[in-house]
Amino acid sequence: MDSQELLFRGARVVDPAAGRDEVADVHVREGVVADVGRGLDAASAEIVDADGLVLAPGLVDMHTHLREPGFEQKETIETGTRAAAVGGYTAVSPMANTDPVADDASVIAEVRATAARADLADVFPVGAITKGLEGEVLAEIGEMVEAGVRLFSDDGRCVPTARTLRNALTYARAFDDVVLADHCEDASLSTGQQMHEGISSYSLGLAAQPAAAEDAIVFRDIEMARLTGGRLHICHLSSARSVELVRRAKADGLRVSAEVTPHHLVFTDEDLRTYDTNLKVNPPLRSSEDRDALREGLADGTIDAIATDHAPHAVEEKEAEFDRAPHGTIGLETALAVALTELAASGLLSLSRVLEALSSAPARLIGARDHGGPIAAGRPANLVLFDPEERWTVEPPFVSRSRNSAFTGRELVGRVRHTVRHGVLMVSEGKATR
Amino acid sequence: MSRILAPDDVRRALARIAHEIVERERTDGLVLVGIADRGDHLAFRLSREIAKIEDAEVPVGVLDISFYRDDIGLTAEAPEVHETRIPFDVTGRTVVLVDDVLYTGRTIRAAMDALMDLGRPRRIRLAILVDRGHRELPIRADFVGKNVPTQHGDDVRVMVTEVDGEDGAVVQEGSTGPTLTESPAVTGRGESA
Amino acid sequence: MNEHLLSMHDVTAEDVVRILDTAESFREVGTRVIKKVPALRGRTVVNLFYENSTRTRISFELAAKRLSADVINFASGGSSVSKGESLKDTALTLQAMGADAIVIRHSSSGSPYQLTKWVRGHVLNAGDGTHEHPTQALLDLYTMRERLGRLEGLRVAIVGDVLHSRVARSLSFGLVKMGADVTLVGPATLIPPDAPVWGVQVSHDVDEVLPKLDVCYLLRVQTERQRLEYFPSVREYARLFGLNRSRVGLLPEGSLIMHPGPMNRGVEIDSDVADLPQSVIEDQVTNGIAVRMALLYLLLGGRGESGEEVPRG
Repeated sequence: MDSQELLFRGARVVDPAAGRDEVADVHVREGVVADVGRGLDAASAEIVDADGLVLAPGLVDMHTHLREPGFEQKETIETGTRAAAVGGYTAVSPMANTDPVADDASVIAEVRATAARADLADVFPVGAITKGLEGEVLAEIGEMVEAGVRLFSDDGRCVPTARTLRNALTYARAFDDVVLADHCEDASLSTGQQMHEGISSYSLGLAAQPAAAEDAIVFRDIEMARLTGGRLHICHLSSARSVELVRRAKADGLRVSAEVTPHHLVFTDEDLRTYDTNLKVNPPLRSSEDRDALREGLADGTIDAIATDHAPHAVEEKEAEFDRAPHGTIGLETALAVALTELAASGLLSLSRVLEALSSAPARLIGARDHGGPIAAGRPANLVLFDPEERWTVEPPFVSRSRNSAFTGRELVGRVRHTVRHGVLMVSEGKATR
Repeated sequence: MSRILAPDDVRRALARIAHEIVERERTDGLVLVGIADRGDHLAFRLSREIAKIEDAEVPVGVLDISFYRDDIGLTAEAPEVHETRIPFDVTGRTVVLVDDVLYTGRTIRAAMDALMDLGRPRRIRLAILVDRGHRELPIRADFVGKNVPTQHGDDVRVMVTEVDGEDGAVVQEGSTGPTLTESPAVTGRGESA
Repeated sequence: MNEHLLSMHDVTAEDVVRILDTAESFREVGTRVIKKVPALRGRTVVNLFYENSTRTRISFELAAKRLSADVINFASGGSSVSKGESLKDTALTLQAMGADAIVIRHSSSGSPYQLTKWVRGHVLNAGDGTHEHPTQALLDLYTMRERLGRLEGLRVAIVGDVLHSRVARSLSFGLVKMGADVTLVGPATLIPPDAPVWGVQVSHDVDEVLPKLDVCYLLRVQTERQRLEYFPSVREYARLFGLNRSRVGLLPEGSLIMHPGPMNRGVEIDSDVADLPQSVIEDQVTNGIAVRMALLYLLLGGRGESGEEVPRG
């Protein structure tokens, strides 16, 4: 990648990892941050006026679906990482539920190579926990660790038995920094579910799953973490009780972490009254009490990170009867703006905590050392600059190949202006550079 | 707003119309069909007047013409619907249609189509309390209470004691375009809920 | 009235009165020799029936034809509906044909809502999955009002598989809206736990509820396998909740027995009970046409925006 020399002038630099929040200039050269300070000068640099913009570590999405290999009609690694860059992300972790499943080093290598060719975001592929995601036999975890994988998940599916999860957690302890992430869902309670079980689902006449379908497995998984001493991460928390279980697990000193999606922080089951399939997600949107508990959990650190669970689906798949539409919403292009509009603007969370949840926390969890800050001399220049005041309405066309956004039609405040990856502009003036 | 007919005028007009009907038509085979929602009351009164003159009981029916109107789909809401109650066969009869105001003629056109669907009258006559002119169709009243020249923008309203508490007719000089002369106070029967 | 009729929440109490009163007039039309009026002449009504239901489809077809509208039937088992054409593509085709109203019955809850996104005409929900069946509820309200003279304060029990019944939902919403007293009765597994939020009561003891009723409304109990996980056997259901000869004696004099059809004779209702004079099941069918005529007339008879006023007379 050719390097650029850039000087961002007068940005409000918010660096959660370093506890910094002040106006400064940032000089980028040869892929790294050269200097951060006031009144910087660099004769050979391209000057970018950043007055009014916030400069933060590039965002990191630890839970995303790039759909390639196998489902390229929904998204490709190229279109997905471009969407990520436009959303301010410099690193993403694509889940393993592709076709073929990423359950061995060869598929991982393939994904890495394709991402390198697209050269838009750093890709940290997630490896499957079990072969083919079938939930029976462990996948080649060791081989994948050697190939650089740190995060493993059968996401899309729940690890079906406590026994399998226990074995995986125990096996993974042999390797440093390996995290197993589970999509917690009791299939016997959730078969055929279209939404959250409650008065809304009764009124709408849709098959539904109770919060207990998630809570019961979160409980099970935490007990397996306790039993094995392994590192467990809970994907896309959606219920108040799950938040409480994670809170207690952390208090007990267990190595448990958790994430939440932007849409679970905003919508509730009542929003489904128009049967909008863009709001059909798994886990489903739950009650306002659940949503409020998720926000509190994020504020007090029980939930470590915001992860998009970006789930693209082709237009004709989503434009169907509610019970036939697949679950999922895209999210890479809107996550930052949603977090700013719904969490920071209301004062629920500080801007620093929001950015921490979007960058430094997930970077730490997936072991992406080059990302998430701190923004300091010598560190790789993975940055995002955004205008915290720009108003815009979410509507197609999107940079993603798909357009199933839960936020369609919503007005948001906050927009990415530039994304810098390893010192090179991936996004300039809101548009991808490649 | 100016008064065209006082209560006594109405009474006299109905009595005169009743006489005219009796003079020109035979009472056997005669039926009166009043067009809801004021023509029907007038029709019942005409029947009583006729009974005073001749020893004849002329049957009265009530006809709702909402489903035959030519402006369905043109107004904001579907036209208000009233009851149709015609407890006799119109086939072979002399039907005197009774209505309060004759204006463009469209209501009468609709009433005739409705009657034709109910049977084959021998002849149809038309009795009107107030004829305000401005016909848009070739329709003519056979029995008229009063002819009142009006402008298009005017609003002519007939009141009957059974509905409005008193008898009479008034004209409200208009400024803008034509307005419906229907009273908003009328709701469908059967308000039980 | 709203542009579409998708749910009982789309009509106010005043709208309901208007619909029932208008249906009264259409019932009279049904007694004439010529059962047709020209009110919707030149309009096209499409019956889009993805679920087989001859009874409801014919009811809508007759309703539209008696209003002089042209009727097109898209029924499953024929044409594109069964060939797997997407709902959206079917909708766009209907749109191109100039459908003024589309009556849709579909097994997916919410499909009428999807349809409104793709067509310009009025959409009438003739039953969507387990969500609602508003025209059934309205004709039931008509029957109750006609037989008992009122809706306010009526004590109605809806008995059976409420959880999976679109009729139960629409009828509950409609009765509560009109001030009736509704109790849902059935096994605990078949009544939504939060139902009281709808303004209704819940009971699992039908014998306790029957003596205090004006209307006993029975739902069809589905006996397919997947339903059987909710109760142990058809026999047990019939024993605990079925309206048999001895139970009927518990009902007060003058109360009505109703069922949306088709009946499972011997399960939710015994054969001889279904044929009692208290049972107004046949009336429900006759009234259905009048109520559906009223709905089509009210939905299509106005422009729906501020229309020009036309001189009457």
